[in-house]
Amino acid sequence: MFALDVQQLTKVYRGGFQALKGVDLQVQEGDFFALLGPNGAGKSTFIGIVSSLVSKTSGRVSVFGRDLDRDPEGVKSCIGLVPQEFNFNLFLPVIEVVLNQAGYYGIPRAVAKARAERYLRQLDLWDRRDTEMRRLSGGMKRRLMIARALVHEPRLLILDEPTAGVDIEIRRSMWSFLREFNAQGTTIILTTHYLEEAESLCRNIAIIDGGEIAERTSLAILLNRLHTETFVLNLKGRVSELPELGGFVLQALDDCTLEVEMNREHTINGLFEALSRNGIEVISLRNKQNRLERLFLELVDRRGLEVRA
Amino acid sequence: MSARLDDWRRYRVTFQTILGKEVLRFSRIWVQTILPSVITTTLYFVIFGRLIGDRIGSMDGFAYLDFIVPGLVLMGVITNSYSNVVSSFYSSKFSRYIEELLVSPAPNWVILAGYVAGGVARGLTVGVAVMLVAMFFTEIRIHDPLTMLLIGVMTATLFSLGGFINAIYANSFDDISIVPTFVLTPLTYLGGVFYSIELLPEFWQTVSLANPVLYMVNAFRHGLLGVSDIPLGLAFGMILICIVILAAYSLFLLRRGVGIKT
Repeated sequence: MFALDVQQLTKVYRGGFQALKGVDLQVQEGDFFALLGPNGAGKSTFIGIVSSLVSKTSGRVSVFGRDLDRDPEGVKSCIGLVPQEFNFNLFLPVIEVVLNQAGYYGIPRAVAKARAERYLRQLDLWDRRDTEMRRLSGGMKRRLMIARALVHEPRLLILDEPTAGVDIEIRRSMWSFLREFNAQGTTIILTTHYLEEAESLCRNIAIIDGGEIAERTSLAILLNRLHTETFVLNLKGRVSELPELGGFVLQALDDCTLEVEMNREHTINGLFEALSRNGIEVISLRNKQNRLERLFLELVDRRGLEVRA
Repeated sequence: MSARLDDWRRYRVTFQTILGKEVLRFSRIWVQTILPSVITTTLYFVIFGRLIGDRIGSMDGFAYLDFIVPGLVLMGVITNSYSNVVSSFYSSKFSRYIEELLVSPAPNWVILAGYVAGGVARGLTVGVAVMLVAMFFTEIRIHDPLTMLLIGVMTATLFSLGGFINAIYANSFDDISIVPTFVLTPLTYLGGVFYSIELLPEFWQTVSLANPVLYMVNAFRHGLLGVSDIPLGLAFGMILICIVILAAYSLFLLRRGVGIKT
C-alpha cells in the first residue's frame, strides 16, 4: 500500500500564481523519502496540502488508502507534521504543548502523559518539561516539534526542514532518532536544504521544480548517474611536482593537499596504487562536494533555473 | 456503533483540551482578564449608583442602583466572552499555533465549541464576580435564577461566536479592537443597561428594538428583578436565532478555511 498517493495535484493561489502543476507522487509504506527542490519550487505547498494546512485547487490526495476529500479526519490521524517555521504558543511550558497536541487528536490524558514523557526523554527534553517555550534554544524547539508530531503515533511523519539552524551534534542525534523511528515502520517524508541529510537518511527521492516533479527515483540510481567524483586528499609529505596519473586529474590546493577528479571507471584502490608508485602517501580523504548536491545542481541548472540549493 | 462511540470519546477529549487550555489561559492572567471588569463595574456602582443614582430616583419601581445591576453584570459577560475568543483565536493565528489544531482530526464544530465554551467560561466568571460586587452595594433578591442563568449562558455564547468571527477575519491586532470599540460598546450602552427604553421618544424606542443587546439586558433584568421592557419569549427567541445564525456562519468560515488556510 502507498503511504501517500497524490494524483494530478494543482494549487493556484489567489492572484493567479500556480504553485503546483499537476503533481503525481507515490511514496511506499515504510519508505524514508526525500522531497527536494529549490526555494519556491512548491515543496511547502505540497506538504501544506497533504497536511491540510493549504487548500488544494484540484487533484487527489490519499494517505494509506484514505481519501483527503472523503475522509479528512482519517487522513489527518495518520499524519504527523514537523513544520518548517516554529508554531508554538511561546508562553506555554514544553509539556503542555505536547499534551495539548495529544488532546487535539483525542488521546486520553493518561496515555498522552506516558507518551509525552517517552518522546521528551528520547529527544532529551524531559528535564525542560516545565520550561516555557520562549526560553528554549532553536535546537530544543526543533526537537520539541518532533516530539509534538509523534505524540499521536502517526504512520506517516512529514518533516519540513527539520534541522534548519541546528548545530551538527544535535542534527546527527536527530538523524539517528529518525532512522530508528523509520526502522520501526513509520514512513518518513523529508524536505531539506542539507542535501547531505537526504543522502544520509533517504532511500527514495523526488525533486520538485517549478511546481512539477522533475525527478522521482531511488537515491542509489540517482547517485549512479554521477560520471565523475572529486576527492580532496591530505598528504603525509609535501609534493613539489604533480605526477601524471592516467585517468585521474590532479590539482594541488597547497603543498600538502591534492584535489583528484576521477571518473567512475576507476577505483579509489587504483588511485592509491598510482599515488604510492609515485611516492605519495595519503593521510585522509573526503568528497569535495556532496554527491547529491552536485546532481541536484546539475538537474535544476539543466532546467534553466537559478538555484540556491 | 463502537467506531461511532470512539469518535465521540475522541471529540470529548478534544473539546476538553481546548476548553481547559482556554480556562487556564484567562486564569493565569486574571489580573488582565477578570479584574479590570470587576474594578470598572465597582466604579459604576459607586458613581452611578451611590453618588448620582440617589438623585435620579427610581426606575421601573426600583432604586436606580438596583436597576442597573443586571445591565452591568451582562455588560461584563458580553465584553469578556467576546474579547476572550477574539484575542485567543487571533493570537493562535498570529503565532501560527492554530496549525496544531488544523493538522489534527478535530472536526470544525468541536474546535468552535471549544473556543466558544472558553469564552462562555470567562464571561460567566466575570458575571459572577460582578454579581458578588453588586451584592455588596445592593440587597437584590434574585427573582428567577433559571432565566438569569440561561440568558447569561446564551448571551456569552452569542458574543463568543461574534468574537470568533471577528478573529477569523482579523489581519492585525487593530482589527480585533475595532469591533469592540465601535460596535460592541455603543450597542451595549444603548441596549438599556442604564435606562428603561420607556424613557425614550417612541421613534427611538422602535430603533432600540433593532439592538439585540436590548433583548438580553431586559431578559436578564427579568431574571434578576422581575421587570422587562421586552416579552421574555421574544427575548429568548431573538437570542437563539442570533446564536444559530452566527454558529452556522462560523462553521461555514471554518469549512472554507477563511483567514486560516491559504
